[in-house]
Amino acid sequence: MAIRTFVLLVLFLSSMNLSFSLYEDQVGLMDWHQKYIGKVKHAVFHTQKAGRKRVVVSTEHNVIASLDLRHGDIYWRHVLGADDAIDGIDITLGKYVITLSSGGSILRAWNLPDGQLVWESVLKGSKPSKTMLIVPTSFRVDKENLILAFAEGCLHAVSSVDGEIIWRKDFAAESLDVQQVIQAPGEETIHVLGYLESFQFHAYQINSRKGDEIKHVTVDFPGGFSGDTLLVSGDVLVALDATRSILLTIFFQDGEINFRKTQISSLVDDSHGVVEILPSKLADMFALKTNKFLVLARVTDGGKVELVEKIKEAAALSDAISLSESQQAFALVRHENEKLHFVVKPVHDWNMDLLKEAIKIDNHRGRVHKVFINNYIRTDRSHGFRALIVMEDHSLSLIQQGEMVWCREDGLASVIDVTTSELPVEKDGVSVSKVEQNLFEWLKGHILKLKGTLMLASPEDVAAIQKMRLKSSEKSKMTRDHNGFRKLLIVLTGAGKVFALHTGDGRIVWSLLLQSLRKSEKCDYPTGLRIYPWQVPHHHALDENPSVLVVGRCGPSDDAPGLLSFIDAYTGQELNYLVPVHSVVQVIPLPFTDSTEQRLHLLVDANQRAHLYPRSPEALSIFRPEISNIYWYSVEADNGIIRGHVSKGSCSYNEEDEYCFDPKDLWSVVLPAESEKIVAMGTRKINEVVHTQAKVIADQDVMYKYISRNLLFLATTAPKGSGEIGSATPEESWLVVYLIDTITGRILHRMTHQGSQAPVRAVFSENWVVYHYFNLRAHRYEMSVVEIYDQSRADNKDVLKLVVGKHNLTSPVSSYSRPEVIAKSQSYFFTHSVKAITVTSTAKGITSKQLLIGTIGDQVLALDKRYLDPRRTINPTQAEKEEGIIPLTDSLPIIPQSYVTHALKVEGLRGIVTVPAKLESTTLVFTYGVDLFFTRLAPSRTYDSLTEDFSYALLLLTIAALIVAIFVTWIWSERKELQEKWR
Amino acid sequence: MEKGKGVMGMGRRWAIDFTDNSTSLASRDIPDPLGFSRASLDQEDSAVTRQKKDAEANWKAQKAWEVAQAPFKNLMMMGFMMWMSGSTVHLFSIGITFSALWQPISALQGVGKVFEPYKDNKVELLVPKLLYIALNLGGLALGVWKLNTLGLLPTHASDWVSSLPPAQEVEYSGGGIPLH
Repeated sequence: MAIRTFVLLVLFLSSMNLSFSLYEDQVGLMDWHQKYIGKVKHAVFHTQKAGRKRVVVSTEHNVIASLDLRHGDIYWRHVLGADDAIDGIDITLGKYVITLSSGGSILRAWNLPDGQLVWESVLKGSKPSKTMLIVPTSFRVDKENLILAFAEGCLHAVSSVDGEIIWRKDFAAESLDVQQVIQAPGEETIHVLGYLESFQFHAYQINSRKGDEIKHVTVDFPGGFSGDTLLVSGDVLVALDATRSILLTIFFQDGEINFRKTQISSLVDDSHGVVEILPSKLADMFALKTNKFLVLARVTDGGKVELVEKIKEAAALSDAISLSESQQAFALVRHENEKLHFVVKPVHDWNMDLLKEAIKIDNHRGRVHKVFINNYIRTDRSHGFRALIVMEDHSLSLIQQGEMVWCREDGLASVIDVTTSELPVEKDGVSVSKVEQNLFEWLKGHILKLKGTLMLASPEDVAAIQKMRLKSSEKSKMTRDHNGFRKLLIVLTGAGKVFALHTGDGRIVWSLLLQSLRKSEKCDYPTGLRIYPWQVPHHHALDENPSVLVVGRCGPSDDAPGLLSFIDAYTGQELNYLVPVHSVVQVIPLPFTDSTEQRLHLLVDANQRAHLYPRSPEALSIFRPEISNIYWYSVEADNGIIRGHVSKGSCSYNEEDEYCFDPKDLWSVVLPAESEKIVAMGTRKINEVVHTQAKVIADQDVMYKYISRNLLFLATTAPKGSGEIGSATPEESWLVVYLIDTITGRILHRMTHQGSQAPVRAVFSENWVVYHYFNLRAHRYEMSVVEIYDQSRADNKDVLKLVVGKHNLTSPVSSYSRPEVIAKSQSYFFTHSVKAITVTSTAKGITSKQLLIGTIGDQVLALDKRYLDPRRTINPTQAEKEEGIIPLTDSLPIIPQSYVTHALKVEGLRGIVTVPAKLESTTLVFTYGVDLFFTRLAPSRTYDSLTEDFSYALLLLTIAALIVAIFVTWIWSERKELQEKWR
Repeated sequence: MEKGKGVMGMGRRWAIDFTDNSTSLASRDIPDPLGFSRASLDQEDSAVTRQKKDAEANWKAQKAWEVAQAPFKNLMMMGFMMWMSGSTVHLFSIGITFSALWQPISALQGVGKVFEPYKDNKVELLVPKLLYIALNLGGLALGVWKLNTLGLLPTHASDWVSSLPPAQEVEYSGGGIPLH
């Protein structure tokens, strides 16, 4: 009976393995979550009333958020969809936040205190156009407040109370390019101004109540218009002519339009290049940007344009705010010499400063990009100002009273790529007193824990235990730990800033705005592309710091020159940077390192030439003998061509450059353009470790996995099936998947899924690929798995030969030996659509794998690879059951407990990165999107270590009690024996 | 049996052997009582003793056979335990299997000792010994068989190849769609 119970217990324990879950009090122990909003586009302050002062912002990541002005915390936040960009925000009625988004087609109102959606209106127009949102500034709630939204060529008047569209007027029919919609406060007339074919100026007057046209005036301007216009005051507009050399001042009051031309050269002497009107609304003033200066000019009452100031340094201007009936002010922020100069000036008097402050600022923030100011009344009834500043690194900070009140690192919302670095090794010489204190604390902690285990803890103790667990100093130390949980996550962001985050608590260890990724004369639009570990010292170069390589590009096209930057991973200093002449379309880390443990990299340029880095003779001497075994391939997704290359010899265009190698085309796979279009591809991770080549199946039989790094998974669909779901019928859409050997170009496996279509997401690991696509016939998402096995090794089954080592299983293999492979595959339905998919990776590759799926709900789901096993059958045999094969079901289960992100959301999820810890059972998972999330996973539970909450004190106590018991019983037995002998 | 040994070994400090069988005069320092003829006693006794000895030898042989057959019971017991423990690897089945392996081995090591009390030049001990050894070997075989059913014996190809690392590849390649 006892045995059977025991067996049942064991079975129960092993079945618990299926789901990964954690208890409520384990949240935050090994995971952290950080919320960001991205680079701020618009900001509206809400500070009129006493109480919580807040600012509502919209960002380039389609986030609208309400921030606490005191601390910069998020009160509420909404992340709109990827194609729902916010065009404008404002506050109406003092309680609603109005957003216009999606190219002006959706108008929404959110409740200001808690961010709930109050109403939503869909504005329909006929053609895309400029979008404008005009919210009247009246605070009288009783009056019917109309919101004017201009979008898609239509002007809509929307009730701010319930979002009902009161009237609409179409301008698209007249093909008018509307530039401005103006409603002066308290007036009933709306002015709509625009160009027709860019040389005829139109001005409409519209009744705001009913939308009737009151007046329509047109004036021809033969010089033509270009670019945007700016409203200077209630009835004056400035614009540029087609040549961008003449500034036009347009007066449109009283139904008449007057032009006045001003040569820009009369304002600025040496203005070449493109002149732009900056969109800052400065009331009677406007700002022009030339190639050298920022020019501030004023339109006088007589309509003359006069120069106010030329500013040489890069500066940012805010919109003007009104302080009183007659006074308006704006802010000017410049960044020089590690200081931020914040000046507030009244609009009418340039020489006066309302406020002048210099604030010390971190040098790694770059220039000021945007300023939003807000005023408040100080206790002495003078005006105080606070400013929200958006810097070049996308950070958002509030300055007030000469200091930075808070700063948000919102650049982290745009992570492009991630790599990791080990922390320094712990040095000897920790002082004794520290140890003693630590020992005491350790003991105290464990006694508390023991109390908790024995259910003796009071509620305060429980709180203390939880706090101790969450704030354990152990996890945020700056040294390497035994289990390899503590690492540096080095992330490259869209702003060209590199951050090092500590995996323990997610704090920023260092940050660096890369000089080479900033706008310069050499490089107009630098963008960061990838980040790679460059130098990972472990054996003989331990005294050197590890470093990372950042690869970037000047400009959007593939053949733009590349940028390389080398950064010390411990200190965050830029060690070196190169602005190479060649372009970079691919970076191939090679499996060789030089004597200082720098990894050799091949950078492939747009002409498929390979360039070797580091540029040292040593690297060349390592590379040259291996050159005939190094291959690279290029995928032209648009043309459907895959080409394989090998080095032909040194570059012909530059004989002196011995680090450059010309390509020789070896093979090409050309897909028929009319029936197949490349939609997804996948390769194995470069650093993936595979423990064994054999897969033991039921009855101790063995199958040999085909493990090759040189495999490419490619998915193509019919051109019709590459669009949105539903754009193609099942008959005209299909999905074809290929497994291609990238050395020889041989197609190892090809399979067609009829009636399926993109989007396809794939992950490749060991000998299997899992991909996700849409099945049009079943109207559901599907996931398929393909496993590849090597048939040519299948005969290696003689035990005797294996015992004496007479086999060829470990001898090097070549792709030219044409291995015989067989592929097994199976498909399952899957409920969610998928944003990203990856697989866990562990140090030695022994632990079973889990797929990590970024779902449409911005969560990460862990799914055991065992569910995606092509050997699943409906009724597995006993042996197969013992092997762990799950009976086949048509769909993959989604177990709520297996959400890695538990209750949290990683808004705008874009990528999941897994990094092996030193402990074999454990893998580190970093998920990025607008938010960041990090956690530790053990796909087969932590079989190689005790859990965090293991009570050492209880263990010690038990051991001590046992020893005492042994002694006591020994003494007893001695005594008893003596008595026995005397009897 | 164990207990008796223990008592004999350490319990008594001295003893007199009343059955003095020695016949040589020199070894005897006490003269025989009057009218006591040792020779007649010997003659008289020999028949009785022979009978006794025969009985003892019989008894010893019988006992030896019993001892030799004892592992059979053990075997049955072990078989039952093994059947109970099932064929999955866990603490209980491993414990049983290892005890099933250990018992015959230790028994085989002590074959001589087990049969020592029945040593007699009149008793044929070889056959019981062989039976004993055979039965223990049977137990050992049962244990090994159990080990095999648990899958703990490296008798399959999978046991030898799963520790082999994947073969190295001669070629190395990289690439893909242009970075963006």
